[in-house]
Amino acid sequence: MSPDHLATLSDQLVLAAILLYLAAMIGYALELGFGRVTETVRERRLVGVGGPSDDLPEPAPAPEPASWAPKAGLVGTAAMWLGWVANLGATLTRGLAVDRWPWGNMYEFVVAMLLAAVTVFLFLQVRYPVRFLGAFVGVVAAIGLGFAARVLYTQAGPVVPALDSYWVAIHVTAAVAASGLFIVGGVAAALFLVRKEGPSRLPSRADLERVAHRVIVIAFPIWTFAVISGALWADKAWGRYWGWDPKEVWAFITWVAYAAYLHARATAGWKGKAAMIVSLIAFACLMFNLVGVNIFIGGLHSYADVK
Amino acid sequence: MTLTDEEKTTSNGPAGLGVVGWLRWGWRVLTSMRTALILLFLLALASVPGSLYPQRGVDPGAVARYFENDPTKAEWLDRFFLFDVFTSPWFAAIYLLLFLSLIGCVLPRTMVHLKEMRRTPPPAPRNLARLPHHAEIEGDLASAEAYLRSKRWRVTTGDGWVSAEKGHLRETGNLLFHVALLVLLVAVGVGGLFGYRGNVLVIEGDGFANTVAAYDRYLPGSQVSPEDLQPFSFTLKDFQASYIGPGHEKQGQPLDYFAKLAVQDSPTAPEREFTLRVNEPLEADGALTYLIGHGYAPTFRITGGDGKVAFEGAVPCLVSNTSTYESECVIKVPDAAPDQLAFLGRFLPSTVPNGDQWLSVFPGAVNPTVQIWPFKGDLGLDAGIPQSVYDLGGHQNLKPLGKMTASPKPMAVGDAVDLPDGAGKIEFTGLKEWITLQTTYDPGRFPALLASGVAILGLLLSLLIHRRRVWVRVRDGGVTVGGLTRTEGGDFGEEFAELTKALEHHARAEVKDVS
Repeated sequence: MSPDHLATLSDQLVLAAILLYLAAMIGYALELGFGRVTETVRERRLVGVGGPSDDLPEPAPAPEPASWAPKAGLVGTAAMWLGWVANLGATLTRGLAVDRWPWGNMYEFVVAMLLAAVTVFLFLQVRYPVRFLGAFVGVVAAIGLGFAARVLYTQAGPVVPALDSYWVAIHVTAAVAASGLFIVGGVAAALFLVRKEGPSRLPSRADLERVAHRVIVIAFPIWTFAVISGALWADKAWGRYWGWDPKEVWAFITWVAYAAYLHARATAGWKGKAAMIVSLIAFACLMFNLVGVNIFIGGLHSYADVK
Repeated sequence: MTLTDEEKTTSNGPAGLGVVGWLRWGWRVLTSMRTALILLFLLALASVPGSLYPQRGVDPGAVARYFENDPTKAEWLDRFFLFDVFTSPWFAAIYLLLFLSLIGCVLPRTMVHLKEMRRTPPPAPRNLARLPHHAEIEGDLASAEAYLRSKRWRVTTGDGWVSAEKGHLRETGNLLFHVALLVLLVAVGVGGLFGYRGNVLVIEGDGFANTVAAYDRYLPGSQVSPEDLQPFSFTLKDFQASYIGPGHEKQGQPLDYFAKLAVQDSPTAPEREFTLRVNEPLEADGALTYLIGHGYAPTFRITGGDGKVAFEGAVPCLVSNTSTYESECVIKVPDAAPDQLAFLGRFLPSTVPNGDQWLSVFPGAVNPTVQIWPFKGDLGLDAGIPQSVYDLGGHQNLKPLGKMTASPKPMAVGDAVDLPDGAGKIEFTGLKEWITLQTTYDPGRFPALLASGVAILGLLLSLLIHRRRVWVRVRDGGVTVGGLTRTEGGDFGEEFAELTKALEHHARAEVKDVS
């Protein structure tokens, strides 16, 4: 296949991924909406297989779950996997079409970042009971890809010489992976705030917090690495490892905000809700760094190619 | 910044405790987790204006433009250091307090940690079945002890029990991470004091020697003297750039550019060839030289009204449009007689006519031309006031020569134009390119890198390792294993299940060995 064909295929795969993620969202949402109600905030442990499953209080009588609800969930899962395959294919074919790492501009970055987020969700789903996240991760992925395709779209092509470096593979890949994890953490934290105490179709607040914390704890060192490798690259390309370029400033702010979350979690009076709010502020900083800095502020990281 | 996994409560203000009491109270407040948290928030918040307002350290030109556009507002912003956020006293106050708070937390915790590491694990609780993780196993104490020791648990034994503990590396990593941040701050500081940065523009064929005088802009650290500069030099032999051709959405985007240099690491060293590219700086004796930008320098021969050649050379033109490399040139000819001459020029690398105008459509020099606006009069260079070579502004005594039009007919290479009123002649003789370079020397680079590496390592240890305890107790002939994590998260449930299985397996294997 010629590069042009591959590039077109990549664009089509993005559209396919959007539709599949939407289908997944609907499937998961039906399961969530008509499925079982979680009764109390007492532990239904997420810790998985080895955790004690005894001494769980029997759920009080709740609306009878629809018999077809689990099937809708299965359809959702299938659509999510297919969407993931399409998303992966879109990134791979783009990379083949341009013959470089397929995250050289903002469009490609967002496509890869959502691929990372869905990967994280699917990985978690295999190991832990986190199907409830599916509807929300699905909608975020579909909207994100839609935004990328409508607003950020950039024709396949070479990058500027500054970006033509092996550091893309190191720095940007780390940023993509960390962002994907943070997205899942952000979704869980947002659900934590939406969910009140008491009966709900969502899992308990403790479970939601545990999911959020777990992904953030993994994402934070990766983000730290992304910032440090960015400094290494800046040292190679611009003659200084840290120069307070707007992108650097916001990467730093994001880092400090997530560090604040980790500390808040260990501070009396800040646990639970307050810490979750801090994590969402940190997530907002991450998103501003991605969207706001590229579009409104600019600076040396003007790789976005957004018109 | 205090450390995770810890809770401290701020005590209320002391009543009548005297100076020492107040100091102690202040120290306790400063080193409390809550204060550290607030300082972290402040640090993040204080960084925000640094991305919203132009910064002197990043883009001094943008700050100057801000002052031109809105002097009153700019002055007020400047009063609050908003153009120098990251070197401002209030930003320094926040991070110094934060690091003080960090030290106040790291020191005592290091002491505690050292004591903890030497301490033996606590004896087994009476009833292991009450622990969050517990299981009955087939086995015996001796084999359990041997197995746990072989898996590098810290083990003590007592009457009918074995106690084991693991995961001190969590706190080690935690402390390491925070100490690494302190070292990083020091490294950045050292770089600022003992390093320097200089920018220079070099035209093809010209040379550069690393001296203070050679730089267009030179920013030394306070502990750097001119003799400290590494004595390297080089000549710019050639510069080449290639761009994406027509027919693509990104037409004109650079594909690659490089500069061929002949470098001497010291005045006596042999000359070596070096190809300077973006991402591939030149290293000479610890100083790094980077390719930052490039542009065109048309060459001119200018003759005065008296018929004598008053100027001959290349004029670097500043790029005014980065997608077409349309550039603006200023030529000052103080040697022209009887009147001094000056020219404003617009350089178009790929010229096409557009109505009665001309414009550039591509950054490569496909059809290079220059449009010229001539002036004559007094350049005022004798007044002793420093002037920019890129600017004709402020010259009251220059009169336009002839009629000024918006888009005069451009000159191609080889063209000559006689100036009106017999003021002289200008010839466009050729085309060169220029590059801008930045040289940096930063002795804090490697310490900073090292500290960053240690910080990541510490972070990984502190986030991924969990402190956990396991006990084995024999009671009424049965063997019970109990486990506990002292920090949340992690998959201790799984680890515990595997451990109990391994303990049983190990016990069976030992029994076989004996029989």
